[in-house]
Amino acid sequence: MSTPPIVSSPDPSLGSCPLPLSDYPSVQMAHGGGGKLSQQLIEGLLVPSFDNPTLSALHDGAVFTAGGARLAFSTDSYVVRPIFFPGGDIGSLAVHGTVNDLAMCGARPIALSCGLILEEGLPMASLRAVVASMRAAARAVGVSIVTGDTKVVDRGKGDGIYINTAGIGIVADGIVIDPRRARPGDAVLLSGRIADHGIAILSVREGLEFESPIESDSAPLHDLVARLLDRLGADVHVLRDPTRGGVASATNEIAARAGVGIRLDEPSIPVSEPVRGACELLGLDPLYVANEGKLLAIVAREAAESALDVLRSHALGAEAAIIGEVVEGRAGVVTLRSSIGGSRIVDLLTGEQLPRIC
Amino acid sequence: MRFVDEYRDPALAQALVAAIERDTRHPWTLMEICGGQTHTLLRSGIDRMIPDLITLVHGPGCPVCVTPLEQIDRAIAIARRPGTLFASFGDMLRVPGSETDLLAVKSEGGDVRIVYSPLDAVRLAQKNPDREVVFFAVGFETTAPPNAMAVWQAEKLGLRNFSVLVSHVLVPPAMEAILGSPLNRVQGFLAAGHVCAVMGYWEYEPIALRHQIPITVTGFEPLDLLHGIHLTVKALEEGRVGVENQYSRAVVREGNRPAQALVAQVFETCDRKWRGIGPIPASGFRLRPEYSAFDAERRFEVEGVTADESPLCIAGEILQGLKKPHLCPAFGKQCTPERPLGAPMVSAEGACAAYFRYARAS
Repeated sequence: MSTPPIVSSPDPSLGSCPLPLSDYPSVQMAHGGGGKLSQQLIEGLLVPSFDNPTLSALHDGAVFTAGGARLAFSTDSYVVRPIFFPGGDIGSLAVHGTVNDLAMCGARPIALSCGLILEEGLPMASLRAVVASMRAAARAVGVSIVTGDTKVVDRGKGDGIYINTAGIGIVADGIVIDPRRARPGDAVLLSGRIADHGIAILSVREGLEFESPIESDSAPLHDLVARLLDRLGADVHVLRDPTRGGVASATNEIAARAGVGIRLDEPSIPVSEPVRGACELLGLDPLYVANEGKLLAIVAREAAESALDVLRSHALGAEAAIIGEVVEGRAGVVTLRSSIGGSRIVDLLTGEQLPRIC
Repeated sequence: MRFVDEYRDPALAQALVAAIERDTRHPWTLMEICGGQTHTLLRSGIDRMIPDLITLVHGPGCPVCVTPLEQIDRAIAIARRPGTLFASFGDMLRVPGSETDLLAVKSEGGDVRIVYSPLDAVRLAQKNPDREVVFFAVGFETTAPPNAMAVWQAEKLGLRNFSVLVSHVLVPPAMEAILGSPLNRVQGFLAAGHVCAVMGYWEYEPIALRHQIPITVTGFEPLDLLHGIHLTVKALEEGRVGVENQYSRAVVREGNRPAQALVAQVFETCDRKWRGIGPIPASGFRLRPEYSAFDAERRFEVEGVTADESPLCIAGEILQGLKKPHLCPAFGKQCTPERPLGAPMVSAEGACAAYFRYARAS
């Protein structure tokens, strides 16, 4: 099997002809929503400005060699509101999110940093609870929080607490996880039910009450990934945790990077009953809703069944499923076979999903 | 999921497609009224499952799409007023007015909030007695009862800081306008099931007779739409006219009488301008004079606002079923969901946006 080098020269088109940042004179919420505007901001402003081959790989984290070791390095900021939500809080989320970004590089996470931006007036009890949650989450993962920073901003200038975590991890020899390795025939696997996190947050933020409470799926995926890599090695081609923008955006990004098509099978995509109900009610498509503890894996076709076995034997992958395949098709286009057997495109969203009128 | 999966059964869908293929012998052009139906047709791929003899054109039943530009501009002008709390259904926020949209007003610091029910806006007014709370009351007959209820409750509660910017439109006059056009090509309608759940379908019977067409009251799930298409095509092939009710699990002929009574108490019929179509007589609702204290247009003196559409946009022809979205020269070029020229590209339910999202590769 030929594998492309993990660090390649940047796409020349990115530097010479940045995508227009649409016509927005100021930053919109959708610039952070994981859809088209986010993509335009990243590929039109950030990548050409910072211009280097490691960044241009546009992976969840950077992978590079330093002192003979292959390292993965990633950072993420957490601004979730409310800071305590069903199934988690901003502290555990800040640990899981960065651990997962490292895991998606095929890395074993070893250390995290913690930057706190606190708003004047945040109850000390809340801060203690968040820090305790970070500690517990880091312990459970087996990573240390080894450095940090604290800033306090005026009341009204922040949302209680924002957290930035960065992390480093070690990538074993022979492991090459890269969206460009998706190739026709590969199987697309998902580790479980989608859209739990986004709907859990929406329900508390908007005061929506459902018959059965919906909890965030926030969880660390490093162990699930480690087992998958142990068993399948180089047959694991791409790993993604479909956070903002959901499975639809993650598959679109992979298809675009690899220059392949991806065909999804709607009936195979696991969605819990309460989440489906909430999405039907609000006119939201669960494919675009955020997850914080789900793994999307693209593996060689012949390894698909063993990958499914590995995922299903893990507590976080009990409901794993093969949800589609990589196809020749039109490069960058994700299609979906609908539940009644029709076919449609799954596009990148322009902005955030908005609830419909009726 | 109960009451959903039953209507997405692949075997039943295949059986319905086979029945449609068997019974379709001539070319027919059908229009589904409602944007929600357009959305389902494209999202589930029905448009590509049915025989080529059937042309589906997409009607004006997307409230986001037909709300006139000047009404959006009025909403933006009100939302920008200091101290105002502007509440709206989510999908109105991205609709471009002449210069900007409500989401941009929010990013400028305006207090624009998404609500899931007009009654949530009433609660916002109760909780914020020192703020002017304005709800953007848009929609068809479907949202008229909850919007009427909000005004009725605000009146009962004696709220002085609550008002509604009304942009209500009605389906039957739009159907008449489409059928009465010399360019009309629609031979049968799939009427919007939820509109009929409120209003019943007795209003459609004289339309069907006058224009000698079949009208099928149709639901929103994939099997509903396939069934509705089958019933309409069969009626056309057999030369039958009149109204059939596919959506009998939710719709009765007389509709929901208490809802109609509440609507009639709060609203009265008026002429309305439709974005892309133009003025249609007696095609909308406004507040009755006894509720004029809750009329945001009067309260904030924005009645004089006027606006002009992009000359490139052919939304009018799209919404009347004269052209398909992808045949517009601006489709996917000057006009995309990021930079929409006209409303059908904005809303998820708009025909142009549905084509862009689900069917661009074909």
